[in-house]
Amino acid sequence: MASDAVAGTAVVDSVADVGALPDIARREPGGWLVPAAAALVVAALPFFVSPYGQDLVLRIAVYAIFALSLELLVGATGLVSLGHAAFLGIGAYATVLGSGSDGASLAWLLPLAVAAAAAYAVVVGALSLRTRGVYFIMVTLAFAQMAYFVVHDTKAAGGSDGIFLYAKPTLAIGSTTLVDLGNRAALYYAVLVALAFTYAFIAMLLASRFGHALAGIRVNEQRMRAAGFATTPYKLAAFVVAGALAGLAGFLLAVKDGAVNPELLSWHESGAVLLMLIFGGIGSLRGAVLGAVTFTLLKELFQSEALLGPLAPHWQLTLGLTIIAFVAALPRGLIGIGAQLRALARERAARAARNAA
Amino acid sequence: MSAVLAEVAAPRADSAARPLLEAIRLGRRFRGLAAVDGVTLDVCIGEIHAVIGTNGAGKSTLVNMLSGELAPSAGSVRFAGDDVTRWSQPRRARAGIGRSYQRTTIFGEFSVLENCRLATQANAPHAWRVWQPAARDARGVEIAQRVLAAAGLDGDARRVAATLSHGAKRQLEIAMCLATSPRALLLDEPLAGMGAEETGRMLDLLVALKDDHAILLIEHDMDAVFKVADRITVMVNGQVIASDTPERIRTDRAVQVAYLGEGAGR
Amino acid sequence: MDLATFLVQCLNAVQYGLLLFLVASGLTLIFGIMGVINLAHGSFYMLGAYLAFALAPWFGDWFVTRLVAGVALAAIFGYLLEWAFFSFLYERDHLQQVLLTYALILVFEELRSILVGNDVHGVPAPSWLGGGFRLGSLMEYPWYRVFASAACLVVALALYAVVQKTRLGMMIRAGASNRDMVRGLGVDIRRLYRIVFAGGVALAALAGMIAAPLSSVYPNMGASVLIICFVVVVIGGIGSITGALIASLLVGFVDTFGKVFFAEWSGVGIYLLMAIVLIWRPEGLMKRGF
Repeated sequence: MASDAVAGTAVVDSVADVGALPDIARREPGGWLVPAAAALVVAALPFFVSPYGQDLVLRIAVYAIFALSLELLVGATGLVSLGHAAFLGIGAYATVLGSGSDGASLAWLLPLAVAAAAAYAVVVGALSLRTRGVYFIMVTLAFAQMAYFVVHDTKAAGGSDGIFLYAKPTLAIGSTTLVDLGNRAALYYAVLVALAFTYAFIAMLLASRFGHALAGIRVNEQRMRAAGFATTPYKLAAFVVAGALAGLAGFLLAVKDGAVNPELLSWHESGAVLLMLIFGGIGSLRGAVLGAVTFTLLKELFQSEALLGPLAPHWQLTLGLTIIAFVAALPRGLIGIGAQLRALARERAARAARNAA
Repeated sequence: MSAVLAEVAAPRADSAARPLLEAIRLGRRFRGLAAVDGVTLDVCIGEIHAVIGTNGAGKSTLVNMLSGELAPSAGSVRFAGDDVTRWSQPRRARAGIGRSYQRTTIFGEFSVLENCRLATQANAPHAWRVWQPAARDARGVEIAQRVLAAAGLDGDARRVAATLSHGAKRQLEIAMCLATSPRALLLDEPLAGMGAEETGRMLDLLVALKDDHAILLIEHDMDAVFKVADRITVMVNGQVIASDTPERIRTDRAVQVAYLGEGAGR
Repeated sequence: MDLATFLVQCLNAVQYGLLLFLVASGLTLIFGIMGVINLAHGSFYMLGAYLAFALAPWFGDWFVTRLVAGVALAAIFGYLLEWAFFSFLYERDHLQQVLLTYALILVFEELRSILVGNDVHGVPAPSWLGGGFRLGSLMEYPWYRVFASAACLVVALALYAVVQKTRLGMMIRAGASNRDMVRGLGVDIRRLYRIVFAGGVALAALAGMIAAPLSSVYPNMGASVLIICFVVVVIGGIGSITGALIASLLVGFVDTFGKVFFAEWSGVGIYLLMAIVLIWRPEGLMKRGF
C-alpha cells in the first residue's frame, strides 16, 4: 500500500509499493473525496451558523489560502521563508490603495493585488535565493521587515493606523453587476471558490513535472544539478507563485475586513502562517488547511474571555506554551499523527521482539 | 616507462579516437594549498580511464572541476570540442557530462522509477506544461525503464529507493546518471562499500557501458581497476605521476614508491 | 551639516553599532557553535534592559557593579535555559527551531507583562556619568554615551582575547568550523554549549543594560533589535565575530545617517544595505571562520 509519508521526515515502510504511477511515494487517504466533502460542508454552513461564525469561517478560509501558498514553498520545495506575510500585506494594501474612494472593478483590482505581491516576490526571491538555509530564513524576514517599514512610515499608506477600504470591489458588465463583494453571501462564496481554486491549482502544480522537480530540489538539490536542472529558476518560480497566491489571500482579507494595517506584514504574521503549516503537517495540502483551522481556532480559544476567563489576556503565554508542546510532541503535525503512532507501535514491537529473544 | 614526473597523461594507442572530455593543466588552490596541480588528462569514448591515488591525492577535487561543481584556479576543461570551463554543472550535465557521487545521492523518498524519471526531465521538451501530470510523462517513464533494465534494477521499479540494499542504491546512482543520456561519465568510487558479487555486477555494467561512453573512474579497489581499466592515471599530492596502460602502471617504479607496498603488485 | 553635528552623528553611529555588536556576537556565536537559530535572542536584550530597571533601586550609583550583577544573573539564567530548553533544539531542523524559539518569545513577553507590567520605564544614567562635553558651540555629547561605547569596546576586546587566546576560545573556534570533530576529540560538548549559550545571553543582556538609560525600557524592544541583528549576521557572515563587528558598525552608520538624511524612509536603509551585500557577496563579508 502507498505509504502516507510526510515530506521532510521521510517515513518509509519496510516493503513499500508505490502503485502504478511513478509517484513521489505520497498518497493521502480518500483522494479527492475528502477535500470535496469538506468544501460542501463549508458551503452549506451559512445556513446554520451565525454571522460571527461565518466571519470566523471566512477568516480561516483566507488564512488557509495563505497557508497553502506557503506550503508550496516550505513543504514542496523545502524553502523556509520567515517573511511570507509581506506578500499577504502587499496584496491587501494594493487592494485598498487601488480602490480609491469609489471602489474598483474586480476585473483589474484582483490581478493588480496579485501582480503587486508577485512583483515584490520576484525581487525578494532573486536576492534571497542567493543564500541558503539559515541565511535564507533571516533574509526573507529582513525583506518582510523592510516592506513593513515602508508601509508603516509612508503617510500615503496610512502610517501605523492603516487605511480603510471605502467601497468593496464589484464585477460588472455594462450596467449589470455580476458580483458584488460588498454582499456578504457573495463574498463568502467568492472566498470559498478562491480556496478551492488555490487548493486545486497547487495540487496540479505538485503533480506536474515542475512540482516533481521542486520535490527533487527539496530532497537533494545537488543530485538535481548533477542531472542538469538549473535549480535557481525553479526555486524562484515557486517563490513567486507562492507570493502571488499570498497576494490573493491579502486581497480577500482586505475586502473581508474593509481595512488594512501594517501589522499584516509583521513577523508575527509570518510566524503564524509557519505555525499553521507545522500544526497541520508539512508536506500535505490538507495539512496546510487543517493547520489554518487549528491555529485560528486555538488563537480564538485562548483569547476568549468567555471560555478562559482570567487567562484570556495572557493568551501569548498559553499560545506559546501550546506551540512548544505541539512542536515538541508532534513535529509532523496533525496529519502525521497516524504515521507517528504507527512508527511508535513498530518501535514497541521491535523492542518487545528484542527483549523476548 | 621510467619514473618521470609526467604532467601529461599518455595518449591512447588508437589515436583515431579523439578525446571527448579533457582536463588541460587543471589546477585548484585552497588558501595556498594546491589540491590539484597542473593535471592534464583525457577520456575517449570506448574506454574506461581510471584515476587512482592515495587519500588526499586530489581525485575528488579533480572530478568536481570536471563536473562543474568547483571552479578551477588554473587550466581548462574541454568537452566535445567546447571549452566548458565557465559552464555551470547543470549546463555541463545537459550537454552530456554525467556524474555519480561517492556518497549515494539518490532520492530516498521517491520510488526507484521516479528517481530515474526525474533525472530525464532536465532535457525534456515542454517541461513547463504544468497542467500535465508527471505520471503521464511517457517519454520520461520509457527512458527510466530502459535505464533501470540496463542497470538490472527493473524488478525494483516500484520500490521506495531508501529500502534498496546498499549495492542496489549504488546501481541506482549509476542508472540516474544514464537517465540524462550522457556521453561522458564521471564515476566517483562507485564500488564503495560493495561486496564481491555486487562489485562483479557493477563492473559488468561498466564494461557494457564503455562502448558508447567515455568513462572516468575514480576507485580505490585495485583489483577492480586493473580488471576493467583501459588506462590508469596515478595522482599523488595533486599531480599526475604516471599515466599508462594497466600493465605498465603495475611495474612503474614511481607508482610503487608512491604506494609503498599498496596497490601495484597486489 | 556642520562639523560638530557630523562628529556627534559619527559618535552615535559607533555607539549604536557597538551595542548591536554585543547582541549580534552572541547570536552569531550561538548559531556558529550550536547551529541553533534563536529568535528569542532579542528577548535576552530585553531581559538586560529590565534587569537594569529592576536593579536600579538596589545599586543606585554603583553602576558598574549593577552591570556585573546583571550580567551574572543573565549568565545563570542562560545556563539554566540551555539545560531546560535549548539543549533539545540541537537535533531539530531549522523550521522547528524557528517556531520553538518564536513560541519562547511569546512566553517571555507574557511573563514580562505579568511580572513587570507593560509600562514604558526610564532608567536614569548614574550621576557620575551625567552631563557631557562640548562639541563645537551648540552640541553637548553625553558622557554616558561615551561610557557605553567604551564599555562595548572593552567587552569586544575581551571577547577577542577569549576567543583567540584561551583554550575555551580554541574549542569555540574548533566547534564553529567542525562540530562533530570537536565532539570526537572528547571535549565535553554539552558543557561547552552551555557555557557558550550563557555567554551569548550575557552579552545580549549586557547590551540591554547599557542601552536602558539611552532608549528606555519598553515592551517589544527585543523584536526590533533581533531583526537588525539578523541583518548584521547576514552581512557579516555567520559564525564570524570580526564580521559581526564590521557589519554592526556599518549598520550603525547607515541607520544613524539614514535617519538624518532620509527621515521618512530611514527604516529601510539597512535592508537596502543588506540587499547590496547580497548581490555582491552572498556568503557575507567575511568568509567562514572567525
